[in-house]
Amino acid sequence: MVIEQIDAQLPGVVEDRHAFRGDQTLVVAKERFLDLVDFLHREGFQMLVDLTAVDWPERPQRFDVVYHWLNLASQERLRVKVAVTDGEAMPSLVSRFKTADWFEREVFDLFGIPFEGHPNLKRLLTWDDFPGHALRKDFPLDGGDPFCMEGCTAPYNRGERN
Amino acid sequence: MESIALSKQQLDGDRMIVNMGPSHPVTHGTLRIVLELEGETITKATPEIGYLHRGVEKLGENLSYQQFIPLTDRLNYTSSMMNNVGYTLAVEKLLDVKIPRRAELIRVLVSELARIGDHIVCVGINAVDIGAFTAFLYLFKQRETIYDLFEMAAGQRLHTSFTRIGGLMRDIPEGFVPLTEHFLVECEAAINELERLLTRNPIWHDRTKGVGAISAEEAISWGYTGPCLRAAGVPQDLRKAQPYLGYETYDFDIPVGTTGDVFDRYLVRVEEMRQSLRIIRQVLDRLEPGPVMVDDYKVALPPKEKIYTRMESLIHHFKLIMHGIEMPVGEVYSATEGANGELGFYIVSDGGKNPYRIRVRPPCLPIFSSFDAQVKGRLIADAVAVLGAMNVIAGELDR
Repeated sequence: MVIEQIDAQLPGVVEDRHAFRGDQTLVVAKERFLDLVDFLHREGFQMLVDLTAVDWPERPQRFDVVYHWLNLASQERLRVKVAVTDGEAMPSLVSRFKTADWFEREVFDLFGIPFEGHPNLKRLLTWDDFPGHALRKDFPLDGGDPFCMEGCTAPYNRGERN
Repeated sequence: MESIALSKQQLDGDRMIVNMGPSHPVTHGTLRIVLELEGETITKATPEIGYLHRGVEKLGENLSYQQFIPLTDRLNYTSSMMNNVGYTLAVEKLLDVKIPRRAELIRVLVSELARIGDHIVCVGINAVDIGAFTAFLYLFKQRETIYDLFEMAAGQRLHTSFTRIGGLMRDIPEGFVPLTEHFLVECEAAINELERLLTRNPIWHDRTKGVGAISAEEAISWGYTGPCLRAAGVPQDLRKAQPYLGYETYDFDIPVGTTGDVFDRYLVRVEEMRQSLRIIRQVLDRLEPGPVMVDDYKVALPPKEKIYTRMESLIHHFKLIMHGIEMPVGEVYSATEGANGELGFYIVSDGGKNPYRIRVRPPCLPIFSSFDAQVKGRLIADAVAVLGAMNVIAGELDR
């Protein structure tokens, strides 16, 4: 199992862990995240299956960025979660996994989490002028008035258009 | 004026920008690709997606677990049965529920039918885009039968919503199995005819061999799954690698390509159709009468007769409809082998009636993100072939 090896080789990286219904989850601090990624890559976790985020507005570190890796040789799956505050950037994985390109753009688009080092961090699913970030919990379900192109003062957006 | 025009032309060369889409016959859904051309050669392709973005994940956070099932139909609308199955399996993993054997068998049966239907669309339309019209017509007759079967089972052809958490909406009706047996024979013949038309066809070879070739390492880095990954030589099929629904008990093979080009993807898909027919035949042999829903009224609605006659069943019914299923707190990721790759559902539950977060991992998004790398330096005609072989379904791409 890769989890014991992580403990042996990278002590102190894993802040928390849990296993639920056979899914292994590691919670990692942002500072040590890239060390872990490089280790996982060496250990055969070469496929970044999925990258997404979860919004927890009441927590001080509002977003969980969730990575799913798959080891094609041993068919082991691993979920890694990193908590970030609103506006805090995550390191981009595009140079390591090409598939991170669009996944990170999607998370940036729908949650507003920037990725440092991404070559082309633009919105993916919504258009450039779209007010707010649709998958944040404070974004209204009906989408507000997405065609309000200028001077949008919707509360969820604080008048910003980023 | 003339000199300015000349210098501008010299600066730009023959560079031209062409929009492919948003509404173009080869874009199978609504997506746009901005092509920068140097004559006929593509120097850059910028896909623009999101035209079909309906906020499925956002809607899922505001619907109960059962209510999300119809939305999964609208992801990959060419094989909606498999989306139904994939989603309900994820919720059942969260609940830790084991469904009855007959429900498992029927789920495998409709999944494999849907896989054949999806591959028919992909291969048939890919051939049409390249100019081979006849293959498409032969195959679409079979696809009609598949949709007739779905209509018999679920009452709907495309948006089936056939599965429920804990089993199926209902049992397959009388006449379903004989028609499936008839289909097995007809479809086998149609696949043979398709192969006679295309597999040794020199024009088909010219248009597809070497186009969109990709190495196994590259394919993994791009996050390829499904037939596109297997065509590149990686024998990764979740039905074998991480079996679900009892796939480990079926006898079938995984076709693997070598170069990952459009021709190999075509061969892999054709062989997968044959293997799916094999699986369906085995399912038909195993089908035995039995329930298709779990006998747990905390998860599944009690039968109508009981609701009308027994107090306790009525309470269960009321609780399930008004308060939803009692969900454990936790998170699961469940992946199934969809027609064009790994279809994953990541569900975060806070114990409430609705999922706290529901994420759909669409198989074609990572595959399509490699489009620029796949067509750079090639001709527009190759872009058409590559796009078809990627099997990009916009409903799933944009969600």
